Amino acid sequence: MSNSLIHHIEDPHPVTGVTNSKLGVWLFLASEVMLFGALFSTYIILRVGSLNWPEGSSILNVPLATLNTMVLISSSVTMVMAWASLMMNRFDRYRLFMASTILLSFGFLIIKYFEYTAKFHHGLFPSKNTFLAIYFTLTGLHGLHVMGGILVNTYLLFPGAALWKSNPKQFAGRVEAAGLYWHFVDLVWIFLFPVLYLL
Amino acid sequence: MSEDHGEHLGFLRRTVFSVDHKVIGLQYGLTGLVFLFFGFCLMMLMRWQLAYPGEPLPWIGGLFSETTMPGGMMLPEFYNSLGAMHGTIMVFLGVVPLAVGGFGNYLVPLQIGAPDMAFPKLNAASYWCYFVGGVVMLTSFFVPGGAANSGWTSYPPLSDIATTGQTVWLFGMVALITSSLLGSVNFIVTIVQLRAKGLTFFRLPFFVWAQFVTSFLLLLAFPPLEAAGVLQLMDRLAGTSFFLPSGLVVSGMPLPVSGGGNPILWQHLFWFLAHPEVYVLILPAMGIVTEIIVTNTRKPLYGYKTIVGASLFLGFMSFLVWAHHMFMTGMGTAISNFFQVTTMIISIPSVIILTVLVLTLWGGSIRYTVPMHFALAFLPMFAIGGLTGLPLGLAASDIHLHDTYYVIGHFHYVVAPGTLLALFAGVYHWYPKVTGRFMNETLGKIHFWGSFLCLNGVFFPMFIQGIAGASRRLHTPTMYAHAQGLQGTNVFMSYSAWILGLVQLLFVINFFWSLKKGRQAPENPWQATTLEWATPTPPPHGNFLKEPEVNRGPYEYSVPGEKEDFIPQNV
Repeated sequence: MSNSLIHHIEDPHPVTGVTNSKLGVWLFLASEVMLFGALFSTYIILRVGSLNWPEGSSILNVPLATLNTMVLISSSVTMVMAWASLMMNRFDRYRLFMASTILLSFGFLIIKYFEYTAKFHHGLFPSKNTFLAIYFTLTGLHGLHVMGGILVNTYLLFPGAALWKSNPKQFAGRVEAAGLYWHFVDLVWIFLFPVLYLL
Repeated sequence: MSEDHGEHLGFLRRTVFSVDHKVIGLQYGLTGLVFLFFGFCLMMLMRWQLAYPGEPLPWIGGLFSETTMPGGMMLPEFYNSLGAMHGTIMVFLGVVPLAVGGFGNYLVPLQIGAPDMAFPKLNAASYWCYFVGGVVMLTSFFVPGGAANSGWTSYPPLSDIATTGQTVWLFGMVALITSSLLGSVNFIVTIVQLRAKGLTFFRLPFFVWAQFVTSFLLLLAFPPLEAAGVLQLMDRLAGTSFFLPSGLVVSGMPLPVSGGGNPILWQHLFWFLAHPEVYVLILPAMGIVTEIIVTNTRKPLYGYKTIVGASLFLGFMSFLVWAHHMFMTGMGTAISNFFQVTTMIISIPSVIILTVLVLTLWGGSIRYTVPMHFALAFLPMFAIGGLTGLPLGLAASDIHLHDTYYVIGHFHYVVAPGTLLALFAGVYHWYPKVTGRFMNETLGKIHFWGSFLCLNGVFFPMFIQGIAGASRRLHTPTMYAHAQGLQGTNVFMSYSAWILGLVQLLFVINFFWSLKKGRQAPENPWQATTLEWATPTPPPHGNFLKEPEVNRGPYEYSVPGEKEDFIPQNV
């Protein structure tokens, strides 16, 4: 069976205006919103029900997290640039921007690693109190999402890029879908940062 | 996306690791049927203990290990894990894969005139995630301490301090949730993007609408349970206490936990999934029953837009009723009021759907085929199941009925005589399309009457027991004086259940015997109008010989002035 059988892989559906993959990613992100929404609701319920809740900044390292926020936002920018380069048929620049996206996301994880080890070093484990439990659960799950993004982006940078030769439209669509996911991961962090570190 | 599917592919690629939606649908369906039977066997074991508490199980009692059934007598822990796994397997590994994965995968692309699902490889991934989840669930029986034994709802704090089986259960659930997430994305994209030319949304068969709403429920309701599962895994593995309150005392010893958690939080997250989940169980069944009733009454559906609107409203409302499972948790009366009102409101669309189906029968020239028997039986059974839910949806009467056998009777009536009869109807109805042969009528009718009578024999006494106050999840029902007079009903239910098990063997025999020996079926054996009957039998890869074009609504039966009493959608 060839691609010709399934419609709207490369070109948007005339009525809905999106390709299959784009609609699929949006639906997937809707379910992710429900996942993180449930965890944020958990945070609210546990916090409202507790007698005393620590200031985030008294336990966590705010400057480091601010740096991390900057890193992640920059990686979102380079992701957009990568897709825009494909739109302008500049495959070499796509490679450059995609590689910087992956490097920046690795940077995010490395900074997170330093943060975690510092916590463990001070004997602050998830089992210590509910604040740390929710902190490690939420940032850990977000970290897993970052790793997933790195995997997808690396695939699109090296083996997946072969599709550019045979079907540039479909490849651009894939990069766009990965970009949507990546912005979502970024957005989750933008919510996590004030909720855990500043409030 | 997907590759060439000619005959040059190997046997494994064409049958086991296929990306064709029909093969995946069959895989889902067969695996689901096997799991249904397995979950049923667990229940039959439990029924022995309920009928004859403390007596050794004859014949097969010696096959179990000393840690579960010493001398053939069932230990309470084993009984509890059987109960928990029966619920989990029936709901998450049996009915949902069969109804959504099996029927949905096989029929939705055919009914919308698509060559395949939108993401064939994702479809295969979804099945294999489900398979892995099933295997993980089965292995949990063999870990030390046995399978999960905190009930299928896994309420903490009990589940947080339960044996290893609970952890394995959570891992299995994560795999199953992944599977349903991938599947639901696939269904929605397929239905939105890949409809044939001329097939507008209001020309879709109701079955497709039901799958559409179901997919949205799966997509949006499952993630909160995944979140809850992650939190419970943290509780069990990392020593956190999301669900463990401070000062928890277990067997007279205070637990060494940090405390500050909230056990009710799990119930909120769990029921936020599990209430939409019960509509996931019932909506595909309604879709199947609608197709069969309309086909066999030879007249259009009474109120097509009404039934579609009702199913959409049902899906929307199902997100707003979850706390009616939690009236006994000490919620405030204001919250209770809100959830009572929404529960009463959600009964309206269910009644509308049922009414539409009953009115469709009015004045039809009904053909009493085997699928029609099952579909007709669905209506009163679902009505009993639904109406007995009303006393549970009102907080005042729920105080008496909560966690008694009445609850078990209520939801089993919806799922077993309701959904399962509909699923069997679907198997009998679409078997000719899948295999090219009819299933045997006589065996089918014996199977129907046996199932119908025995299902009622199993579940109706539960209402009596529940109103009398018999508690659910009780290893020894004769423990309490008020329940000792009910032992007769327990024995009656157990015999009904075992006879029901024997009757299901007829279905298995019929299923396999008809593959080779069944009566040959034409391409459109029931003279139905929807698109899946316009394909060759069995449908080839790519489904349609030429791209179908739809010119009319889904149920054009007995149109005045026409020669035939049906007009297919693509004519």
